[in-house]
Amino acid sequence: MLSISNILHAYGEHVSLKNVTLEVEPGEIVCLLGPSGCGKTTLLRIIAGLEATAQGQIMFAGVDIGDTPVHQRQFGLMFQDFALFPHMNAADNIAYGLRRRGFPRRLIAGEVESLLERVGLGDLGDRDISSLSGGQQQRVALARSLAPKPRLLMLDEPLGSLDARLRDQLALELRQIIKDEGLSAIYVTHDHREAYAVADKIAVMNIGKVEQVDTPRGLYRRPKSAFVAEFLGMRNIFDSERSSFARRIASEALLHDANTKTVLIHPAGIQIEKATASKSLRFDGVLTSAVFRGDYFDVCVSLQDETALRFSNPTLPAQIGEAVSIAIALDAVIALEG
Amino acid sequence: MTRGIRRAASLPYLLPLIFLGIFFLYPLLALFDLSLRPGGALDLSAFIRLLSSDYYIGVLIFTVYQALISTIATVALALPCAFVFARFRFPGRSLLLSLATLPFVLPTVVVALAFAVVLGDGGLLNDLLRALFSLDYSPIQLERTLTLIIIVHVFYNFAIALRIMTSYWSSIGFAAEEAARTLGANELSLWRDIRLPMIRPALLSAAVLIFIFCFTSFGVVLILGGIRFATLEVQIYYQAVSIFNLPLAAALSLVQILSMLFMLIIYTNTQRRLQVSLASGAAIARRPRTLAQRSAVFACVLLIAVMLFTPLLALLWRSLFLTGQLDLSGYLGLSQRSRASLLFITPLGAVFNSLRYALMSMTIALALGLIASHMINRRGRWSRFSDPLFMLPLATSAVTLGFGFIIALDEPPLNLRSSWLIIPISHTLVALPFVIRSVLPSLRAIPPTIGEAARVLGARPIVKLWTIDAPLVSRGIVVGATFAFTVSMGEFGASLFVAQRESVTIPVVIYRLIGDPGLASYRQALAMSVILMLVCAGGFLIIERLRAAGIAEF
Repeated sequence: MLSISNILHAYGEHVSLKNVTLEVEPGEIVCLLGPSGCGKTTLLRIIAGLEATAQGQIMFAGVDIGDTPVHQRQFGLMFQDFALFPHMNAADNIAYGLRRRGFPRRLIAGEVESLLERVGLGDLGDRDISSLSGGQQQRVALARSLAPKPRLLMLDEPLGSLDARLRDQLALELRQIIKDEGLSAIYVTHDHREAYAVADKIAVMNIGKVEQVDTPRGLYRRPKSAFVAEFLGMRNIFDSERSSFARRIASEALLHDANTKTVLIHPAGIQIEKATASKSLRFDGVLTSAVFRGDYFDVCVSLQDETALRFSNPTLPAQIGEAVSIAIALDAVIALEG
Repeated sequence: MTRGIRRAASLPYLLPLIFLGIFFLYPLLALFDLSLRPGGALDLSAFIRLLSSDYYIGVLIFTVYQALISTIATVALALPCAFVFARFRFPGRSLLLSLATLPFVLPTVVVALAFAVVLGDGGLLNDLLRALFSLDYSPIQLERTLTLIIIVHVFYNFAIALRIMTSYWSSIGFAAEEAARTLGANELSLWRDIRLPMIRPALLSAAVLIFIFCFTSFGVVLILGGIRFATLEVQIYYQAVSIFNLPLAAALSLVQILSMLFMLIIYTNTQRRLQVSLASGAAIARRPRTLAQRSAVFACVLLIAVMLFTPLLALLWRSLFLTGQLDLSGYLGLSQRSRASLLFITPLGAVFNSLRYALMSMTIALALGLIASHMINRRGRWSRFSDPLFMLPLATSAVTLGFGFIIALDEPPLNLRSSWLIIPISHTLVALPFVIRSVLPSLRAIPPTIGEAARVLGARPIVKLWTIDAPLVSRGIVVGATFAFTVSMGEFGASLFVAQRESVTIPVVIYRLIGDPGLASYRQALAMSVILMLVCAGGFLIIERLRAAGIAEF
């Protein structure tokens, strides 16, 4: 449906996007995931038509839309700061896009009412924007971008300015609404948990490039590079040129990539004492730190060659300073690129 | 968007630039030319005459001296008041702070006349003292003294010092002061070690700005001082209009422009320092508790109220009761030409002139100001040079502008010297910076994403301008328009040069009437001053109402 190929973009001397290629299928939610400054917002603005490209092609439904002006693209964009019109009330904000598309007046009122209902704002239509809470403003912004039935919905960190508890709840609601409307969507975020929850497909971006595109589970199971693994919060990444532990574990667990330079031990397959898979590797070490996190402990175990492994463990079977043995599942050892 | 369309879209930007080029830069260049090459070849004799004459050196020294004294007096009076306003919360505080800026929009002619009415030899204060102590002479002899000029300068600039220092003090807070107090500092050492050093950036910034205003003060000095206390501005006027020594007047203007440039650089520097240190926590004003605190607040309120309202109420009173009983002949006689005066029209005609010119200046200044603000607000190379460029007329004295007009725009194709058009044009030039400074903040306050959101939702650029930008800057536009209108109504320096015969404005007519002998002219002058004062005060109310909502950068 949306097909972006070889996009190049620069702010003056600074190249912000390099050869970016991405596909969005009908009805699919694609997350652009990456740290701030990686170019994800720029990519969104390019698709919306707010930013011009130096090179590359944007096709939508088989048509090159590179020269289509912003207001004719019929895409929806929900801004990070919501960008609500401060001089209009909630209902007028939502109606704005419908008016621009020339909807008849009597249809607009009904449409706005039904949208307010759908995003859970019921009777708040005549409220001033400034009198709404952050969560309510977020819903108005969503309703406003949904109203003109966009061919593609884009959301730029839509939950970024809300507090953590509200974020978890709204992420799921957001996905449900987008799916109910049957929209294709691009969702920008820097929070991998939010991306897991919302996306059908995640594109991880780093310094202007797309590093990996996969489903949430695929991405979690097999991160391709050290950057992706680290960005997903995985900590046990070792350089086999520097670490004998890494060389050993690679030679024992990796059949095809035994000579890999970077090794990841996946957090799902490492535990103190108890092996999670039948085939596992065992190591002896000393428990050097343990932080209580509620449902689990964040622990650090020092192996004999001084390698430090950091992972979460459901229980705390030993005291700090005591000897423990750890088990690493064979399929938790992953060769990374680079 | 193709390059051609983008070019065409920036064509309107040329309008304010062309206006500024023809009506500001060109007259300025003509001034330079006249001062440096009066006979067509480089001739510095006017300058040499200036620099070798004790008289003109004296004028320059006096200009600096009176500005310096006025500045010190203003800041000294405003400093304790600013402390009280920042530190204490009391009923009417924000109203008073807002009212204190009223002089900003009052025409110099009106204020000068009002102070003459209070403090002059035949003024109300002398009347009162004579009646109280049965004297047969006037005990207060301030007419044609430097003291009176300085008092009026304080009246004008007090609010500038008060506002700058109060807001700075509120923003830096009083934590350091409270710490010093716990360490044993008494009131004296608090002022010496904490308050004065901390308020210094704001104090300097206010002082430089006030010095600039007093340095270029024209109407006040001309009316209250006469030729005996001629500043550079007044000298330029005398040389050009009375003695018709144009090269010398041009040379004086050049000195004036260079001094202004020098002072503006200093001002920009103090301003920058002011912004750097605006980081720490804001102060919370509290209720005055001790007797000393209450008296300080009371003294402050009394000072501002007396200083602000006495001259204005006195002017109103005098215009109604000049001879002791109600006498409206000043107002009723506005449709008659005073016999003694050299006026070509009736005072009422001047009122219509002023209204007509003010409406025209407002319209032109608003149109050009909106385009210029839009241009400045667009980031990029346009904005970097256009912002300071459009502020230049503010930094050039009105007398210099008026003088530049009559020497530059006096031959075809731009022979405007005898046309009334020259008046609204000169007023537009003076008002333009005010319009831009009023519109720009509300334009800047619109987050760029709001416009983008409108475009994504299907608004064409022109629709976006109409449905989003226009409503959001509407209050800034009203403030700018009101400023332009009141500035034009009260403009004196430039008008005195360019307004001829039938095209004179209210301030010019008041000035001429004051110079006339006879009670009839004086009555008319008082009546017109009151009318002008009420118009400007009305404008001020509109501005302050909207400024409370955070519009305008003054």
